[in-house]
Amino acid sequence: MEKLHSVLAGAAALSLAGSAAVAEPAIIYDVGGKFDKSFNESAWSGAEAWKEEAGGSYREIELQSEAQREQAIRRLAEAGNNPIVMPGFSFGTSLSTVAPEFPDTKFVIIDMVVDQPNVRSVLFKEHEGSYVVGVIAAMASESGTLGFVGGMDIPLIRKFACGYVQGVMATNPNARVIQNMTGTTGAAWNDPVKGAELTRAQIAEGADVVYHAAGGTGIGVLQAAADAGILGIGVDANQNYLQPGSVLTSMVKRVDSAVHAAFSDGPEMETGIVEISFAEGGIAYALDEHNAPLISDEIKAGADSAIEMILAGEIMVHNYFATDSCPDS
Amino acid sequence: MDFATVLQLLDSTLRLSTPLLLACLAGLFSERAGIFDIGLEGKMLASAFFSAAVAAATGSALLGLAAGMFASMALAALHGLASITFRGNQLISGVAINFLASGLTALIGQNWFKLGGRTPALSGDARFLPIDFYFSETLSSIPFIGPIYSELLSGHTLMVYVALAAVPATWWILFRTRFGLQLRAVGENPEAVDTAGLSVTALRYQATLICGLLCGLAGAYLATGMAAGFIRDMTAGKGFIALAALIFAKWRPGYALLACLLFGLLEAVAIRFQNIDVVGVGTVPVQFMQALPYILTVVILAGFIGKAIPPRAGGEPYAKERA
Repeated sequence: MEKLHSVLAGAAALSLAGSAAVAEPAIIYDVGGKFDKSFNESAWSGAEAWKEEAGGSYREIELQSEAQREQAIRRLAEAGNNPIVMPGFSFGTSLSTVAPEFPDTKFVIIDMVVDQPNVRSVLFKEHEGSYVVGVIAAMASESGTLGFVGGMDIPLIRKFACGYVQGVMATNPNARVIQNMTGTTGAAWNDPVKGAELTRAQIAEGADVVYHAAGGTGIGVLQAAADAGILGIGVDANQNYLQPGSVLTSMVKRVDSAVHAAFSDGPEMETGIVEISFAEGGIAYALDEHNAPLISDEIKAGADSAIEMILAGEIMVHNYFATDSCPDS
Repeated sequence: MDFATVLQLLDSTLRLSTPLLLACLAGLFSERAGIFDIGLEGKMLASAFFSAAVAAATGSALLGLAAGMFASMALAALHGLASITFRGNQLISGVAINFLASGLTALIGQNWFKLGGRTPALSGDARFLPIDFYFSETLSSIPFIGPIYSELLSGHTLMVYVALAAVPATWWILFRTRFGLQLRAVGENPEAVDTAGLSVTALRYQATLICGLLCGLAGAYLATGMAAGFIRDMTAGKGFIALAALIFAKWRPGYALLACLLFGLLEAVAIRFQNIDVVGVGTVPVQFMQALPYILTVVILAGFIGKAIPPRAGGEPYAKERA
């Protein structure tokens, strides 16, 4: 009897494993590449964390060009992968086309809303996170001139810039923020040479803290900031370690936890729009051994009180998406 | 716009022109000898990768430079093999080299460093650091000339000065040496060179290898001078801009310098002033500024600056006899 039990249990486990293999989750990385030290890499680490925890496996595709987008989603859906996670706003149009074709498959898109019954749209309140790093930047700046380097010129990046400027202005009304965008095509996410050049230009104009929201381009931004002895601010992942002592902080967007949650929820997940901010721990400013000497107690208190006031609704950070414009500039 | 801004703009122009200039001179040697080379981009990319990889491994920017030049010259030799020895189509061979470099660098990079085709960030001696001229601190207080000396001329990496020196050197080699005369002849009329008892093949290989060497310098500058490490497809079309500059310059070294400086200036302006207010026109959007080098290229190619006549035997594989 004992033996029969274990055999049965084994069979049950096998069949479970079998169904799990069919509904293997999948992730598609955007053109910036899996190891961009930023957005995609954060998504990857979420997937890896799930793999370690749940012991499952997942499929992944790294896009090489824009043309592969739809094809990649369709291929994974046809192969029975479920759910399929795609970090990046650029998947929006492709997913709107493909999602209705596979009503039984769950899709998760990050940073974009796709209004379909089988899609979960995960949005981060980047404007609030950027506001807080803006507060930190303004407190750390001595010149009162701050810089912002965006990647591709799209509303999402304007949202980062807008939150940042509001945070800076709320802390130091006399401050000036120089804003630059790297470009208008996807190449703008992966051009560190131009990122560095933009940063040098901003430094020449007096900027002593530069925040980037530019994916791989940002590596050049942080490099140029470190070379010139000023401070950079990282984005998406915790980038403090890239130039220890020269990265003031990072606006961490826990893309990894969004991916992890999606993988854990599996095919039975709830769909619809999910908004993530400080309260859910999905957005934070990074504080570790690399930037601890830069963040004084005063700065930390300022940042934490800004977070509390945002959570309490005392500070309403303007969302660029709401009006397609920014009150401060 | 004050004097300091102009200086910063020109300073940035010099930095941004350097890779274009080196690649443009590389193309000049190759095309003057009758080998069209649209693989400048790929050679730069290969050099950028290998220079950054070796610099990261050894901590020496000079060793990196040597590796980068070697990689670029290996690709140049491949181009030579395809288009000189086997008389293949030079354009197709060039395109193949671009694809090969783009794919191989990402693949090898991923295999070696596991950073997604990126090399580790370089620091210290693994990069070419800015060179400060003598007395640049003390002289900077002299009005007008002081800042020009200490800000504009001083404080660039070695490769910027190498690129500038390469312009007169190229002119001298091409127009004042026997080798240069033969090289130009082989691009205009290879039959005549052959009749004179010189080897067309050998001359064209030499030109291709010089092209590889200069592309190697350009790529190493990108990865170890301008940036601090290699990133997938980091050349971002610079090889093609250099080709446009080459046509603009009508295959002459001096004009190549001017053309590259112009393209560098346009890029610097687009970076520095993202929205320019022009009186009477309104705000010129940044997209226009960023597209300007390309628009300019089209205008130039349309014959706006007079006729740009390429070397007569360019693109034609040389065969002694028709088979």
